[in-house]
Amino acid sequence: MSSAEVDTTLTAGGEIEDTAPAAGNVMGNARFLGSELRLVFGRRRNQLLLLVVALFPLLIGIGLKVAAPQAGGGNGPGSGSGPGASAGAFFNQLAGNGVFLTFIALSLLLILVLPMVVAVVAGDSIAGEAGYGTLRYLLAVPAGRTRLLAVKFLAIAAFAVSATFIVAVIGLLAGVSFFPVGPVTLLSGSTVSLASGLLHVFYVTLYVSAAMIAVGAIGLAISTFTEHAIGAIAAIMLLIVASEVVDQVPQFASAGPYLPTHWWTSFDSLLRTPIDTTTMLHGLLSFLVYAAIFCAIAWARFTSTDVTS
Amino acid sequence: MTPAHADLAISSAGLTKRFRGGQLAVDHVDLAVPKGAVYGFLGPNGSGKTTTIRMLLGLAYPTTGTAALLGVPVPDGAFGVLPKVGSLVEGPAFYPYLSGWDNLARYDAADRTAPAGSKAERIGSALERVGLTAAAKKKYRHYSLGMKQRLAIASGLLRPRDLIILDEPTNGLDPQGTREVRGLVREIAADGITVFVSSHLLSEVEQVSTHVGVMRAGKLVFQGSLPELRRTGSPRITVRTADVENAAKVFAKLGLADPACEAGVITAELGDAEPERICADLVHAGIGVRGLSVESPSLEDLFVGLTGEGFDVER
Repeated sequence: MSSAEVDTTLTAGGEIEDTAPAAGNVMGNARFLGSELRLVFGRRRNQLLLLVVALFPLLIGIGLKVAAPQAGGGNGPGSGSGPGASAGAFFNQLAGNGVFLTFIALSLLLILVLPMVVAVVAGDSIAGEAGYGTLRYLLAVPAGRTRLLAVKFLAIAAFAVSATFIVAVIGLLAGVSFFPVGPVTLLSGSTVSLASGLLHVFYVTLYVSAAMIAVGAIGLAISTFTEHAIGAIAAIMLLIVASEVVDQVPQFASAGPYLPTHWWTSFDSLLRTPIDTTTMLHGLLSFLVYAAIFCAIAWARFTSTDVTS
Repeated sequence: MTPAHADLAISSAGLTKRFRGGQLAVDHVDLAVPKGAVYGFLGPNGSGKTTTIRMLLGLAYPTTGTAALLGVPVPDGAFGVLPKVGSLVEGPAFYPYLSGWDNLARYDAADRTAPAGSKAERIGSALERVGLTAAAKKKYRHYSLGMKQRLAIASGLLRPRDLIILDEPTNGLDPQGTREVRGLVREIAADGITVFVSSHLLSEVEQVSTHVGVMRAGKLVFQGSLPELRRTGSPRITVRTADVENAAKVFAKLGLADPACEAGVITAELGDAEPERICADLVHAGIGVRGLSVESPSLEDLFVGLTGEGFDVER
């Protein structure tokens, strides 16, 4: 029995040292992460957020079915410039293949809905605990500041990935139900088998998940600066909208690639054969750098500041 | 740590906290809490008690000075030593949308040294100890203030501890709840656990404490056992007589300190003088003594003397 092992190591060790048996540490850390995941996914508010996220692809699918765009029939409803531009490219394809509803849903929800859902959980992570006063008790347990931050980040990441995959899966199911399904014609013009097309869907979902994890890291950092979850959430959204706006201003084009939101919708390169890895890797690098920087900020702030809540 | 500190459950040297605004919240506090003691940490609200406790628990970092729990320096060693320390800091705090049981499970899960296998058993007995078994499944937001306070104490009892730190555990409790907490403190102490309990009311800790520390404006103005605190108050002799003027002369001859005269009454510090001798001297000097008494100041008087009266905000 693994739990019995933990028992004996503790009593035999007598003193509880920082260098406790590694097995016990892993068990303890897994248990804390499990508790955090239950807290995040078990909370009614967060479940509602995921439900709302799930409804969007369904509504988009119904809406597009009712509007019934003609295949190749000129500009789709999402045409034009802006973050919706890549969504526009998919509208024309949708009538021919339901798989494209996933891309449409992801492109549209990426602009505000997905970041907001992630921002709520990320902004709440530390600030919410501070607001309830539970932060001081967690640290007095002791949860450990770095350990608590790591667990918070992993739970945020899990929530971000879940929200993204819910959009993709519901989008796919709705697309398959409402529209014809068959071999997928990619943006580069070549047609691949349905299985291969689904693999592309999977890649795109992973890419968007990475973008949302980076949002989660930004949110975690902001969350360590306040005791008011709502303030942290608002600050994250403000940052994201500001980045999106600046990205649309031609005069700031040179700053564009460095903006946190710039590469979010660059996943259409994943829908070409061969896959244009340059753009995609730029995007992933951008997410990684943002996640690393903001995790470092969160750590520096959280491990050096008095908890006064 | 010097060897002397090995016998101390809590020790600090020159512990100081200056807030960013420049306010000196804790000013060179040297705590010495012996193992096995019930230490009453007294002082008016705002005297630096909670800030001191926050530094002991590694929640706040000292500006200067050092502190140690069970011989382990904090905050550096806090992660290693805090599993042996149960605490209630500045009132209860839990997740309102979780039940009492789930709240305790949450804090227990955060403790990497807590054996997961005995979780249910430990939570159950902690809840039973504070009389919350019946409310275990009730959401925390529906708890009364007293129940919240008791749940916070239960969270401190989730594991066997060597030290329990309770910050104002009776805040907001009715007299019955206060009595219950006092009983709980006695039970905990009877198990040999050191209890560090803060309060702004002497009466709340007087009956359970073996030692007290008194804070005033960030400084520890007294620390010692209750008998030692009593000894700091010098008893005063009060003589009722018609001839206050001549009685004062006798007092002066005897060298009694701090004499005070009113109509028909004269008082002074007794010091080392014997009351019998004073009475004899007075009668010998031909002064009619109508009454003579010796009174020691109550602990309450001493406490008020140390902390200052009433609502004066000193900073």
